[in-house]
Amino acid sequence: MKKIELPLKEEDILNLKVGEWVELNGPCYSARDSAHRRICEALEKGEKLPIDLKGITIYYMGPSPAPPGRIIGSCGPTTSKRMDPFTPKLLSLGVKGFIGKGKRNIEVRDAIKNFKGIYFVTIGGAGAYLSEKIKKIELVAYEDLGPEAIYYLELFHFPVMVAIDSYGRDFFDK
Amino acid sequence: MRIVKGEEIYKLVKKLIEDANFELPSDVLTALMRAKELEENINARIALDILIENAKIAKEKRIPICQDCGMVVIFIEKGEEVFIDGPIEEFLNKAVSEAYLDNYLRSSVVKDPLLRENTKDNTPPIIHWNCVPGKKIRISVMIKGFGSENASTVKMLNPTLSKDEIISEVVDHVKEYGPNTCPPLIVGLGIGGTMEKAIYLSKKAILRPIYSRNKKSHLRELEEELLYKVNALNIGPGGLGGKTTALDVHIEEYPTHIAGLPLAINLQCYAVRFKEIEI
Repeated sequence: MKKIELPLKEEDILNLKVGEWVELNGPCYSARDSAHRRICEALEKGEKLPIDLKGITIYYMGPSPAPPGRIIGSCGPTTSKRMDPFTPKLLSLGVKGFIGKGKRNIEVRDAIKNFKGIYFVTIGGAGAYLSEKIKKIELVAYEDLGPEAIYYLELFHFPVMVAIDSYGRDFFDK
Repeated sequence: MRIVKGEEIYKLVKKLIEDANFELPSDVLTALMRAKELEENINARIALDILIENAKIAKEKRIPICQDCGMVVIFIEKGEEVFIDGPIEEFLNKAVSEAYLDNYLRSSVVKDPLLRENTKDNTPPIIHWNCVPGKKIRISVMIKGFGSENASTVKMLNPTLSKDEIISEVVDHVKEYGPNTCPPLIVGLGIGGTMEKAIYLSKKAILRPIYSRNKKSHLRELEEELLYKVNALNIGPGGLGGKTTALDVHIEEYPTHIAGLPLAINLQCYAVRFKEIEI
């Protein structure tokens, strides 16, 4: 599998093709339902965001608590489509990559094409396996949301497949 | 009258919840390995390799099979000649709370569906009681993740629908929702009864062992035909293509009204987390 360093470089994004498997290495942020809602509420109120969105990759994931001796618990992807209503806005603000599972809607696909972003999927239900592919985790914001808080993560040989590439080609659109 | 202490049930249920979260049932693991042998699609092979490895890591290192440690659904079949020295609901809540807190399992339950404040110990469970003849108690614990629960439905169909139309209802549903539901799936179907009975049956259907068949021949044939058609969808493991979209299709049925044909479709992700015990 080809190795890709995060944060994503424009050149890498443009070279990655739908259906291609790659290993991701480097920083990204976790965010799922409630974190998305809070980010968008903060944007509406004109408040400062807890993270700089420019160029980042977001992983749709809420981990189980870390048992003693480990940095993170089970941490597989959650269903991406629940985040669809927020995704075009995040792309317009500079987010480049998304990691989740399953299909996205047409608005997301079009926005990924327009803003030259990319959507990766990994294997749902493999949270124990994927916990071995994360080498660092730090709480960043919204601690009160528990598993839905935003975490800074460092991925390490994290396997993903390109599901929507920067040309708007969608693996699930067939 | 046999007396069973609530305290005893609490200990057993706690253990069932713990084991279910860390150990993929052996019939499911075997079915995944068999699926891999049959598979030629490269994406499907990658997905199945990861899922099989995941089960191994989860069991050996006691990391939950899935970060969505679900909502706990408890089925209790209580013999009529047994008295449970309660308060049983309190004991079951305690079992859930302790199992989740002691084992670093994710709490995913919110107190109120609109206010959405986390209960922080995954209580309360959903409890289904059934009275049966005899002196025994059968307790089944199911850990239900919501990726697959959200992809489930009930349809109140027209009773004059043909068999092919019923098949289309199921296959179309899997086609639409399957890729998001962590396949390979177990498709649980509840047919008949009232609306809520059909849903209940569809959940019970999931819990049957892989490759088990309904005793009625017409339903057994329907299960087999549906399995074949669902697997022809090429959704595949991880939703990334391949032969195994479902490991199995199970149907449970009940008498229904002349005017109705309830059909509940409960999609279960590959991570069936289920343990049961008879006492």
